[in-house]
Amino acid sequence: MSDRIKKFLDSGTLFVWLCGTAVAASLLMVGGVLLLIMINGLGFFWPHALVEMTLTDGTHVLGELKGEEVIPHSETPEFPEGKTRVRLKVGNRDLYGLDFRWVDTDQITSADFPKDVAAFERREWGNFYGRIREVSRGEAVVASGNQEGWKALQPLIERANDLHDEIEHLQRDVIGDINYEIEETRLRIRELGLQGQRETPEVAEFQADTNRLETRYRKHVETLRALSRKLDEHSVLLVETNGREKRLVVGQIVKALRPNDMGFFEKMLRYFMNFWSVLSEEPREANTEGGIFPAIFGTVMMVLIMSVAVVPFGVLAAFYLREYARQGLIVRVIRIAVNNLAGVPSIVFGVFGLGFFVYAVGGTIDNLFYPEALPTPTYGTGGILWASFTLALLTVPVVIVSTEEGLSAVPREYREGSLALGATKFESMLRVILPCALPGILTGLILAVARATGEVAPLMLTGVVKLAPALPLDHHFPFLHFERKFMHLGFHIFDVGFQSPNVEAAKPMVYVTTLILVMVVIVLNLSAVALRNYMQKKFKASAV
Amino acid sequence: MASSERSQDNNSKITVEETNFFYGEKQALFNVALTVPTHQVTAFIGPSGCGKSTLLRCFNRLNDLVEGARLIGRICLDGKDIYDPSVDVTDLRTRVGMVFQKVNPFPKSIYQNVVYGPQLQGIRRRSVLDGIVEKSLQGAGLWEEVKDRLHHSALSLSGGQQQRLCIARALAVNPEVLLMDEPCSALDPISTAKIEELLHSLKEQLTVVIVTHNMQQAARISDLTGFFLMGELIEYAATKTIFTNPSDSRTEDYVTGRFG
Repeated sequence: MSDRIKKFLDSGTLFVWLCGTAVAASLLMVGGVLLLIMINGLGFFWPHALVEMTLTDGTHVLGELKGEEVIPHSETPEFPEGKTRVRLKVGNRDLYGLDFRWVDTDQITSADFPKDVAAFERREWGNFYGRIREVSRGEAVVASGNQEGWKALQPLIERANDLHDEIEHLQRDVIGDINYEIEETRLRIRELGLQGQRETPEVAEFQADTNRLETRYRKHVETLRALSRKLDEHSVLLVETNGREKRLVVGQIVKALRPNDMGFFEKMLRYFMNFWSVLSEEPREANTEGGIFPAIFGTVMMVLIMSVAVVPFGVLAAFYLREYARQGLIVRVIRIAVNNLAGVPSIVFGVFGLGFFVYAVGGTIDNLFYPEALPTPTYGTGGILWASFTLALLTVPVVIVSTEEGLSAVPREYREGSLALGATKFESMLRVILPCALPGILTGLILAVARATGEVAPLMLTGVVKLAPALPLDHHFPFLHFERKFMHLGFHIFDVGFQSPNVEAAKPMVYVTTLILVMVVIVLNLSAVALRNYMQKKFKASAV
Repeated sequence: MASSERSQDNNSKITVEETNFFYGEKQALFNVALTVPTHQVTAFIGPSGCGKSTLLRCFNRLNDLVEGARLIGRICLDGKDIYDPSVDVTDLRTRVGMVFQKVNPFPKSIYQNVVYGPQLQGIRRRSVLDGIVEKSLQGAGLWEEVKDRLHHSALSLSGGQQQRLCIARALAVNPEVLLMDEPCSALDPISTAKIEELLHSLKEQLTVVIVTHNMQQAARISDLTGFFLMGELIEYAATKTIFTNPSDSRTEDYVTGRFG
């Protein structure tokens, strides 16, 4: 018997099963994570049906059905399984105080999906669910009743959205530009003042510029006010399911939907529109509503700056260690140190980045090049450049290690062959060894990108913010504004999920942001992989 | 006295004078002295580790790369000491080309492999480079086989073609001497025959020094043969003499296959 057990153990069958189980478990875990994120994240864009319930006490509830569960400790002799309750998103936060509500199942007398109820997405207070009583222009009623009002409301919302676009353009582009120029002029004047020029014609010219700009500014502010007044022209009187009324300015409504009246394709279309608006719009309401475009942009740009910074440093260091340095004790110690650097907790790098890049380097740059802006720091505060550099520092060991591996994989025959043709060591490295080591270098880049995209802790110390006023890339010279603070998907998740006042309502946003972060990581990685494959094809056998 | 006379001889390309070579503490060559004549094929034979490859790699100073390598003695190319500090090593290596045992075309196109050396010398004109490519590939007997796919990867060629490409690559810089370190040891008999054939025509233009394990090959292709044993040059004479009437019994034992 023991012989057979021994034979079985020796045969390795058990080991194969163990290995297989480990792989299967890993795959299940990864798959589970992705599935959870996908279900919760992708469901967010679907226009959910609105259910209207009548309760035993005669009141009504209207909202999106969000789930059902057994009430804890509710098992009674009649209900051995326990009673159940459903969770509804009822919206109307300004009226109810809360977005969500539990309703015990046994309290519900009837429930249906009326086609005439609408969900209004608002710029403040979240969604409103209900019906329209009347639409008015100033004091005069334009349309009354739910049906009439709905028809009258559609063009008004469209017009209001156009007006909003116009206002945003005016605020962001036109007035933003003027503010930018006023600030630049102020800095010039201050700069001249620091040089001892106070009453010179140059200063006077800048003063005149400022005055001109301010006049233009005031004119645009007037236009802005007029546009805002236009927004307030129409209002709509909404009524929630129990008859409480709420007057709403049409300008407050982002979109109105009647999800119960929509066909599948209409919902599908709306789904993609919602998806696109999350990708392309700015956040609203403390990041819990609206889009996440600035965060996507910030993440991608930070990773790109990080890549540009990390590759030359890592590659040069690896070349020195592998090709030039005398292989001895010191090089071994350096190699061990580099490997250990990769294991240092990221927050430590954040602290270093804050102390070194932000305060030391940034502070010096401010003193030398931007004295006119002080005491407001320019580079002496967190910004996308310092965050990227901190991440570059964090990922440089990865690049060094894989470049060294790439270099050691280059056959000795290539080096000798090149030298034997009269190449110097430098020429050999540049023309033969570097191309051969390129796949290794790019593998390092892939690993670095993967690590950097997911890192949040060091960024919080070096330049990430909850809401950045401007993107780090715009049309003002020199286009890239490395000193600006930026938004980041990872931080966005943390902020929306844990720091927002309305956590339950923000939950879908957390999943959506997570989903998009995962997608960004995948896209960045795939592009690096594609680059590597392209290089490999270019430098290795094309047709064997 | 006799050796210095010989080094001025018009017929000698490389002169090795009383040379000892060390890898760190280990001595690899003991008092080797020989003369390689111009436009001849000289073969070095001997068992593994006898120092024949080491001597070959001294001729283009490729041993400089080995840490702790040290040479005591004198090796002259056209009467000039190649280990003199004033010698430019890269310049020396363009004059003394080399083909390796392990086939090593660069992972680039056939064309780029051939123009690698000329480009290092600063030749950039496309028409000049095209000419060099054609001439070198013809010199290596490869032109007809690859002229339609010059821009394909060199690694798509067969082993024998790759080795001839390496020869073409070496020829492209117009060397005076071509060192070959067991160039056929990894090739099939047909490829080997092609390269041997090539050597006959090559020696019209340059001097060939070849290290080989294959004694029939040495007998077929070389004019002179040197037999090495444990770092010493045992016998160096015309190939015919070495294979038919060696003066040293150890040479006789080796060439008749009694050891090695």
